Amino acid sequence: MTTQQKEQSMEAYQTLDMEGNLLRQMPDLSHDRLLNLYRSMHLGRAFSNKIVALQRQGRATTFGSLVGQEASAVGLAAPLRAQDWLSTSYREIASLMVKGIPLSTLVYSFRGYTPIFPKEAHCMPIQIVIATQMLHAVGLGMAAKIAGDDAVSVGVCGDGATSEGDFNEALNFAGVFQAPVILFVQNNGWAISVPRHKQSAAPTLAARGAGFGVPGILVDGNDILAVYDVMEQAVARARDGRGPTLIEALTYRIGAHTTADDPTRYRIATDIEAWRLKDPITRFQRFLTKQGILSDTQNQHVLDEVEATINQAVTDAEAMPTPAPDEFFAYMSESLSPRLQAQRDDARRFLPEM
Amino acid sequence: MQMTMIEALNNALALELERDSRVVMLGQDIGVNGGVFRVTEKLQQKFGEQRVFDTPLSESAIIGSSIGMAVYGLRPIAEIQFAGFLYVCMNQLVSQAARVRFRSGGVQTCPLVVRAPYGGGVRTPEMHSDSLEGVFMQTAGLKVVIPSSPYDAKGLLAAAVADPDPVLFLENIKLYRSFRQETPQEYYTLPLGKANVVLEGTDVSIFAYGAMVAVVLEAARATQEAAGTSCEVIDLRTVWPLDEEAIVRSVEKTGRAIIVHEAGRAGGVGAEIVSIINDSCLYSLLKPVGRVTGYDTPYPVPGQEDYYVPTSARVQAALQAVMEE
Repeated sequence: MTTQQKEQSMEAYQTLDMEGNLLRQMPDLSHDRLLNLYRSMHLGRAFSNKIVALQRQGRATTFGSLVGQEASAVGLAAPLRAQDWLSTSYREIASLMVKGIPLSTLVYSFRGYTPIFPKEAHCMPIQIVIATQMLHAVGLGMAAKIAGDDAVSVGVCGDGATSEGDFNEALNFAGVFQAPVILFVQNNGWAISVPRHKQSAAPTLAARGAGFGVPGILVDGNDILAVYDVMEQAVARARDGRGPTLIEALTYRIGAHTTADDPTRYRIATDIEAWRLKDPITRFQRFLTKQGILSDTQNQHVLDEVEATINQAVTDAEAMPTPAPDEFFAYMSESLSPRLQAQRDDARRFLPEM
Repeated sequence: MQMTMIEALNNALALELERDSRVVMLGQDIGVNGGVFRVTEKLQQKFGEQRVFDTPLSESAIIGSSIGMAVYGLRPIAEIQFAGFLYVCMNQLVSQAARVRFRSGGVQTCPLVVRAPYGGGVRTPEMHSDSLEGVFMQTAGLKVVIPSSPYDAKGLLAAAVADPDPVLFLENIKLYRSFRQETPQEYYTLPLGKANVVLEGTDVSIFAYGAMVAVVLEAARATQEAAGTSCEVIDLRTVWPLDEEAIVRSVEKTGRAIIVHEAGRAGGVGAEIVSIINDSCLYSLLKPVGRVTGYDTPYPVPGQEDYYVPTSARVQAALQAVMEE
């Protein structure tokens, strides 16, 4: 661990210690809600492991696992309401799920086809170009403010994204327009092979908010209650017209960057083991057990139900119809131009029967 | 009412703000200052800072935040101060705005108009005069519109705002104040994707847009007088997607064609029109198609720009060549 990282972890907002003991007052959540957060974290992990397995079998395309980041991914989305907006990168599958994208739709996207997100879920398509989505999030928030709606907008990116111009421009616009937006950085320590300390000399990424007049909050990203807490407060601030917040969640990418990556080339196993001890699901499970909210039997029930749910989502996704081979002509504009009609007709001569 | 292109655009924008509460305008210096060319003069005063607002100096953020606003349900009209600076927001415009419908499987749309002044001849500093339309012809999902007159500018801008998908609306700097034209004060639209025959003729088709339409008309008049050549002048109005039907119809009639644009020659509008002719009406041609364009160099510094931008003399020479037996 570098000096910088030590500083970070000392300052980060925490609600649970590693043993699941409560360090401060926890957010006001019912037992059902707590169990639902726990289940969502397991769904995120099971989804990741499942898609990686499917990819190895040739049944899924390139995929970036979120294992290790379940507390951040679930905690950032859980306080949002239906009218709120979410703009994410590819590693926030669990956030999208919590915001209302069906699991089968998410699985379908890793068959290599365009997933149709329900319009009312208010999620932007999964972003590929790093940091780009942060500006979309700011624009969605600006629009809500202009329209006089009480919607807030959340943009999520990783630590590598903070080096991009668009991340800095998003912070600047958010501050200048006092947009109801939360810019959430999942600092998982790695941008593929480049470690956090090579992205920025800033002691924390949260500190970068200060230069833009945007409050920055550092939170233990493996502590679901802490993430939920800071997020809920930031969302309330935004909804009340008190402007944007930058949140940096300290977490760790346990898995490879994607199924196409080999992390043994650039990081050592002991680092990963150190972070496994801070596992977000284990920590929350200890808390729930100590509080008498989750028994061993109930825990087994959650695990079984999550496994069944993921398997069903895969079954459903694999049963979804394959799009027409010429589907890439379908969503070009309101009506297809004569030129594209001609190209589609020509393409069809060489395509499989539709 | 007699209007310059600046006045016609200002009038069109005012009508949009009046007609539709979802319309907002953003860009650098468009508020109190009314835009560096005064296209947005008094609009903030009239419609308030909520609807017409200055942004930080940040092209990528102007387009990126506009995408969010458009997806949310507003109708943003963003100004990039000079088209030469569009490269700064290339990802947001090309990979993001133009692909919202595509990436969301038709669930979301991006009704965004990006206005940007372009074109040479008024001694602007370096990188202010570039014609970038050719660059955007490979941007699937983006329309590119370039008006040649005040009347066209107003009607085409209204159509661009009404379009459910993103439109890059390029305004020629030299045309902003070069002449006045009778332009209705009422709302009207001119169709996107449709060319306009500004002069009918039988001997040769000339395709142009923006400031080159006036240059071509002058050359056509001179050539008509000198050699009796009957020129058909077609203003493309929308350079992407091109009105292929109008191009083919004219070339089939005349059997000769030249294309005139300020942008560099390689891979742009002219090259695509040659390809369209090749694909659809090659055997109507009596002579090879001529091109009068900027050169494949950077747009030059102000002291040399007159040697770069196509002139009537260059168009006349091209007409002479294409008319030779």
